[in-house]
Amino acid sequence: MIVRHRSLLILTTVLTTGALTLTACGSRDDDKEGSSSDKKTTVVIGVDAPLTGANSATGLGIQYGAKIAVDDANKNNTVPGVTFKLVAKDDKAQPATGQQNATALVADKDVLGVVGPLNSGVATQMQQVFATANLVEISPSNTAPELTQGKNWQTDKKRAYKTYFRTATTDALQGGFAADYAYNTLKKKKVFVVDDKQTYGAGLAKLFTAGFKDAGGKVVATDHVNTGDRDFSTLVTKIKNSGADLLYYGGQYDESQVLTKQLKEAGADIPLFGGDGMFTPTYIKTAGKAAEGDLVTSIGVPVDTLPAAKTFVDTYKAKKYPGDYGTYGAYAYDAATAIIKAVGTVVKDGKVPSDARQQVVDAVQKTSFDGLSGKVAFDEYGDTTNKQLTVYQVVKGEWKSVKSGTFEPKN
Amino acid sequence: MNTLPQQLANGLFLGSMYGLIAIGYTMVYGIVQLINFAHGEIFMTGGFGALTVYLVLPDGISMWIALPAMLIGGALVAVLIAVGAERFAYRPLRGAPRLAPLITAIGLSLALQQLVFNLYPKAENARVFPQLPFGPYHLGSIRIQSGDIFLIIAAPLCMAALAFFVRLSRTGRAMQATAQDPDTAQLMGIDTNRIIVIAFAIGGLFAAVAGVAYGVKYGAVEYNMGFLAGLKAFTAAVLGGIGNIYGAMLGGLVLGLAEAMATAYISDIPGMEQLGGQGWSAVWAFVLLILVLLLRPQGLLGERVADRA
Repeated sequence: MIVRHRSLLILTTVLTTGALTLTACGSRDDDKEGSSSDKKTTVVIGVDAPLTGANSATGLGIQYGAKIAVDDANKNNTVPGVTFKLVAKDDKAQPATGQQNATALVADKDVLGVVGPLNSGVATQMQQVFATANLVEISPSNTAPELTQGKNWQTDKKRAYKTYFRTATTDALQGGFAADYAYNTLKKKKVFVVDDKQTYGAGLAKLFTAGFKDAGGKVVATDHVNTGDRDFSTLVTKIKNSGADLLYYGGQYDESQVLTKQLKEAGADIPLFGGDGMFTPTYIKTAGKAAEGDLVTSIGVPVDTLPAAKTFVDTYKAKKYPGDYGTYGAYAYDAATAIIKAVGTVVKDGKVPSDARQQVVDAVQKTSFDGLSGKVAFDEYGDTTNKQLTVYQVVKGEWKSVKSGTFEPKN
Repeated sequence: MNTLPQQLANGLFLGSMYGLIAIGYTMVYGIVQLINFAHGEIFMTGGFGALTVYLVLPDGISMWIALPAMLIGGALVAVLIAVGAERFAYRPLRGAPRLAPLITAIGLSLALQQLVFNLYPKAENARVFPQLPFGPYHLGSIRIQSGDIFLIIAAPLCMAALAFFVRLSRTGRAMQATAQDPDTAQLMGIDTNRIIVIAFAIGGLFAAVAGVAYGVKYGAVEYNMGFLAGLKAFTAAVLGGIGNIYGAMLGGLVLGLAEAMATAYISDIPGMEQLGGQGWSAVWAFVLLILVLLLRPQGLLGERVADRA
């Protein structure tokens, strides 16, 4: 027995040593090839978004929006000597999973930039990880103001993380834009405000409430739901009897699509108004007729009205990618393109400098180009300089844009 | 406007669904003393089974024909999974320490969720469920939806059928005997394995009815709908006295009513503004459970050892 064990040990040692030697040789060969001009360097762009489960319809739109940007860059040889590769991680809309993904992306030396995440709540857990590693992160969809302007953004704006950028404009504008539209255009005077207690939903509801009160409207009551709740019968009875002529909802489509259905079934014929987290065809599909007349605000202008985005939309449809490109797809494309362009200024002839990540962050800060969603550039907080917003309404079972514009907070 | 009648009705409908699911927990517990934590997922697969039947039926078919077919389809799936779970997950562990089948049940529940999530087309988002083509009705100031009508007919009907079955049929009497003392029952010539399978099958059957009810009430089924519903139904079963069929139904109703009342009115009490509302619904449900366990640990109706089934 002992003899057999010992021989096994020797065998294992020999094999391991052999394998290690071979691997070492292999990597040295790679280095040699990397420096020759005809062999391309691979740069990885990470994506983090919910690809399964809650919010995955919009999450997949981000993944494939970024994928098309990467494919275009490779096809057009945007950065000579570099082949881009997309690595997508699924955060399931869970902050803890997002943080694990961030750690994994940071550990991959080939990753020079990350697109994502979808949820503001997830972003708060990822920012520090990327900041420590000097890895640039551009979210196509995060709208919570504190992500860029710090916790006390209303009184004392201070950039939170220098590696964090976004191509979506903030809730500070989205909530106010919605409040202004609800009071001045829809002529709604009494609103019932509900949120899902998440970073995004609660923040948005708070900003809408403030904006609506400032405009002269009345908030008759507020309530909160739990994510995963499906029975809102008690809540809709309350809403119906509150005399509100509008329901504002801060949160995602998963809950609001059921809420609006039960609201209309209870006989309360008031529209539900929400943020971009609801702006997906899934909302209309699930809520059915009840969704008719409901409203959302979303960042930017409608993708199909942008001439630059036409090719993107055609490609997305032709490739039959899953997910909704309409919400953030073009913003994910622009986010990935900003990283690709930054890599272009840093990586010359396929040579990646040792401080490439830091240089990419600086290059992204200085970036300025015409993207699919309009001008792509970032201010001193990492926020997009493109402050376009649009109100969409469900008309005959489809989201139709009813008003685009910019919103400037009064103070 | 007085909202109390409507809120009571809301609680009643919600409670009926909890009760329907709770019967499955109670049946199985009454006979094998096993808390089948995968029962919420059996309820979920029942809903998906019914949806599948609807999707394969020709478009535009009348719900009057589709609904019975969906109930049968959902029941087939749920019963098959419940019986399969008994045969392959729980029977091998019979006689093992009680913790073992409990852990298996939790594992099974996660596995079923992931299976539906990964294998059912487009299950990552809520799947739209067909609606019943009538309603809403008005009863005074109360508004009743078609889905609620289905629930308030199905729940008492299932309940009565089960009560008759357990009291009057030979199999029902064999179930009572097995519940009292499995070993003696076996000596008296009762095939206890068969009885246990029947208990699981009946539990699955009612779970499927509840799954269809959930679909027609909320207009959608989801791969993860079984978790919270299962937890609430388990609470209802314990509330009523686990192992007691009537207790399960009563516990469900009490739980549904308590949840609706707390959600609707607690925030109106001065000083409690922050402790009411929809976000607290689950909290009050579990506060009620804790209170009952403290004051009346055997449940509202008690675990009636003599004829629990």
